[in-house]
Amino acid sequence: MIPYAFNYHRAQSLEDAQARLASSPDAKVLAGGQTLIATMKMRLANPSDLIDISGLKDLSFIRVERDGVRIGAATTHAQVAQSLELRRALPGLGELAQLIGDPAVRHLGTLGGSFANNDPAADYPAAAVALGATIKTTAREIAAEDFFTGMFSTALEEQEIVTEVFFPFAQRAAYAKFRNPASRYAMAGVFVAQMADGVRVAVTGAGSCVFRQAQMEAALTREFSPAALEGIVVNPSELNSDLHGSAEYRAQLVAVMAKRAVVAALR
Amino acid sequence: MTAVSLTVNGNAVSADIEDRTLLVYFLREHLQLTGTHIGCDTSQCGACVVHLNGRAVKSCSLFAVQAQGAEITTIEGLAKDGQLHPVQAAFAEHHGLQCGFCTPGMIMTAVDMIRRIPVLDRETIRSELEGNICRCTGYQNIVSAIEAAAQSMAEGEKAA
Repeated sequence: MIPYAFNYHRAQSLEDAQARLASSPDAKVLAGGQTLIATMKMRLANPSDLIDISGLKDLSFIRVERDGVRIGAATTHAQVAQSLELRRALPGLGELAQLIGDPAVRHLGTLGGSFANNDPAADYPAAAVALGATIKTTAREIAAEDFFTGMFSTALEEQEIVTEVFFPFAQRAAYAKFRNPASRYAMAGVFVAQMADGVRVAVTGAGSCVFRQAQMEAALTREFSPAALEGIVVNPSELNSDLHGSAEYRAQLVAVMAKRAVVAALR
Repeated sequence: MTAVSLTVNGNAVSADIEDRTLLVYFLREHLQLTGTHIGCDTSQCGACVVHLNGRAVKSCSLFAVQAQGAEITTIEGLAKDGQLHPVQAAFAEHHGLQCGFCTPGMIMTAVDMIRRIPVLDRETIRSELEGNICRCTGYQNIVSAIEAAAQSMAEGEKAA
């Protein structure tokens, strides 16, 4: 599979990357490339230029701060999965990263790339929305709930690049994912976070974009236990139906994954 | 066209290549290192796994220009002085292959997982192999080969 021709640029800095984006309207930012390159091989994407930001050292870090964890956009899934400091400080996130793709994909794929791509079955959006993360870009800071705007779409403007993401600490948190056995993408993934002001539940993979499940949040805020979720029926009307499973099947998966996430968070 | 220079199996190589050249085509067609295989169009099969600066990556999902200055190890670079790498030897001994097409990727993935994970049980080996597909369904012996190689390499380290 040979992609369409393009011009490759290794960005020397974020400013350099932005200038190149401004000068070529059909350019794309390349980070880990684990989605973009596969898409280009299928000739579903045809960028004129690729601007590689994966070598920008300033964008690769995991910092545990007073109120949460800050992760650079070029940090790979493997680095997030392997950070013991992160696992101690904020349960759920490292475990989530360990479930992305496969080991080779995790060695290259990046947090920022996953955020900017916003695949409806990506894992990070669930953690970001459930924890109330803040996405920092070259232009501004955006709350996770305002960042993910729809299937493969985000609040990012044309020349805006994700630089880091701040995840607040949770009292308890966990992620449960039912993976498509071939692609490893989430058929349904649920991130549950018990925060100081209540429980937040975010669902990925089941709909066109990550969403919160208000009924589960209310029930778990009253009582943080899997039993609290008994009887909650997930409405399938806005969920995905495709060759991998019906909307009704995904609705059931969301209910089961939510319970598993609560069990894991209580461990 | 872009000039790239990198190290492949310890040898410095340079070439002028099209920017869109995937690393796997650079290895196979420019360097004639055909041990690295292409088994799919979708980045899922893992037959093309090589090591980029010591870490397993799919060489079909990386442009050669991205590997500028990097050290690449392919299946051809594992054996030393005519001696098979312990993982290669274990695949032979435990019959970890049938047709052999997926084997280069399986072995490169196995070497990487043994390097990263101190104690490998069969369940961990299976989950670490999720990016490598074997269509002869030979996983049983692949897992046995990796398990044996991990043990023999750990013992070798202790002895040394």
